[in-house]
Amino acid sequence: MSHSRPSRESGNPASVLSSAVPEKRDSRFRGNDVLLFIALFLAAPAFAQSTLPPSRYAYTQLEDPRREAEARALMETLRCLVCQGQSIADSDADMAGDMRALVRERIAAGEKPEAIRAWLVERYGAWVSYKPTVEPITWPLWAAPLVLVALGIYLARGRFRKKTR
Amino acid sequence: MKRLFLWLPLAVFVAFLVTVAIGLRKPADTEIRSKMIGKAMPDFALEPAVASHPPLAAAHLRAGKPRLVNVFASWCVPCKAEAPQLMALKRRGVPIDGVAIRDRSEDVARFLAEWGDPFERIGADPASRVQFALGSSGVPETFVVDGKGVIRHQHIGDIRPENVAAIMAAYEAAK
Repeated sequence: MSHSRPSRESGNPASVLSSAVPEKRDSRFRGNDVLLFIALFLAAPAFAQSTLPPSRYAYTQLEDPRREAEARALMETLRCLVCQGQSIADSDADMAGDMRALVRERIAAGEKPEAIRAWLVERYGAWVSYKPTVEPITWPLWAAPLVLVALGIYLARGRFRKKTR
Repeated sequence: MKRLFLWLPLAVFVAFLVTVAIGLRKPADTEIRSKMIGKAMPDFALEPAVASHPPLAAAHLRAGKPRLVNVFASWCVPCKAEAPQLMALKRRGVPIDGVAIRDRSEDVARFLAEWGDPFERIGADPASRVQFALGSSGVPETFVVDGKGVIRHQHIGDIRPENVAAIMAAYEAAK
């Protein structure tokens, strides 16, 4: 279980304290805060890990807004593999960036979003997709709202009958 | 019968609590197994990752003999940790090829010089495309591919000394 996963540098709590003390709020301390703020952004490459710049379409939208909207909608329903719990649209991990580039390039080449999803599901399983599929294991999920509404109607019917009596 | 029915909501609630308690006690399984095991190696032809090694293509992985494909990167710390185990596998006669994820050739060269070089061929995968095609979700990962190019085994994470036997067994089984 020692996959390389992005890690974040935590901010220095001492600096937060110093800026919270009112008497010490002079320009020198403000300057410190600004430096810290800049340092936080400079620390971003440590989070990204790989030394290569992001893929072309990792952070660049497609020229055609209709295609970009299609790609965007798909990216929001694909799970990031290294930051499980975020979609690839929300993640700054290198791998999520590469996956966005893959999605955009394939959409630009005219591939249907569902074909790209299927390609990924074939490799990573249904897990990679946030959009639940219709298969025996998810039938209860799809049936639950219908069952609950039916149960609700049944209960409500009993109530109404009592009132009219 | 009616009294039994009255207890039903509590029973459902207890069942819910037990399910949650079991789920909480079970250690989280965050490994994503590739669904490509048992399937043919997807087609690819990579550029060389370093000048010292020939590049890797899918065709090299169906040349009649099983091989190991190690997905690694010079910027990946666990890849350094597994280097001695890969060298041990190489000494036992296992042919190993590498796929370098998002890497620069000078960094790969430095990595090999520092941590050992178990590879026959190394392909560069600058945009993680082969990694996606393999269903691999991180570095390092190691795949056992048989002589016909069918993926037989996947090891997720760094190869620890205690994992070598299992990989050796998967390699022997792929013969």
